[in-house]
Amino acid sequence: MTATVVLIGLALGTYALKSAVPLLVGGRELPEVLQRMANLLPAALLAALVVVSAVADDAKLVLDERVVGLGAAAVALACRAPFVVAVVVAAAATAAARLL
Amino acid sequence: MPFGVAFGVACSEAGLSVWQASGFSLFVFAGSAQFAAVEIVGDGGSVAAAVAAGLLLNVRSLAFGVVMASSLPEPRWKRALWSQLMIDESTAIGSAQDEVRWRRYGYLWGGLGIFVSWNLSTLVGSAGLSSAGDVVTDWGLDATIPAAFLALLWPRLSDPAQRRSAVLGAVVALALVPVAPPGVPIVAAALGVVAGWRRAAPPTADEGQPAPAGRLE
Repeated sequence: MTATVVLIGLALGTYALKSAVPLLVGGRELPEVLQRMANLLPAALLAALVVVSAVADDAKLVLDERVVGLGAAAVALACRAPFVVAVVVAAAATAAARLL
Repeated sequence: MPFGVAFGVACSEAGLSVWQASGFSLFVFAGSAQFAAVEIVGDGGSVAAAVAAGLLLNVRSLAFGVVMASSLPEPRWKRALWSQLMIDESTAIGSAQDEVRWRRYGYLWGGLGIFVSWNLSTLVGSAGLSSAGDVVTDWGLDATIPAAFLALLWPRLSDPAQRRSAVLGAVVALALVPVAPPGVPIVAAALGVVAGWRRAAPPTADEGQPAPAGRLE
């Protein structure tokens, strides 16, 4: 149920952001504040999602095998590996660390 | 499209049905925002936190609108329909062309192509894994989520202002995990922009432009 409400809210809000300029204001430039926000927000939120999904376990911070996987993914990305390789490497490294 | 499969897998790990997973890919159609919202739902976060995190990631759609608005067709209902395809890739493909006709063509067919493959791969990912806890941890599938977010973040780290925002965002989120309800640390990480704001490089030609084509972000 929660997921469905999130789905509806996010779909409406996202569509509003996608269509606002083409439908309402034409091709005018955005105010600089919005331009900067658009540029910086994804980096801030994605970084938070990386660390929280890697080390949070409910309200606790735990270092477990997921961190090994994340490190392996970082190495793969530094070697210019594509998305799929980085993700598979992360899973494999975490699974291997759990076997040890 | 591997990222779509990863999103589908994340949906079943978060306990979403195949219908819900497909609903996100059809009606939201913005990769990283869908991923973030589903991750917060799976952690037991509130509706408000999940929606807010997704929308903060999508503020950049406004900038894509600025780039493409003059190239979308009239009348208004067509512009309304085409706006659903306003993502990083369609904007990157469309804006790379010179003539309006080709900008339109690139945006539409690039966007539709990704729409189809993104939705099919979501279906594969969410239908393919009936979330059994043991499988998730034995195969290390829980580590695919931070890895997927890292892969999305990676190209942004080469820009110093974005890198500083990322570091502050991560610190804020980690500090809040023990004290705030699930999802709130992610939304609060928006404060990270403060670190990139100060001493930001003077606006360059590509500021506000979409990330290079390659995957649905």
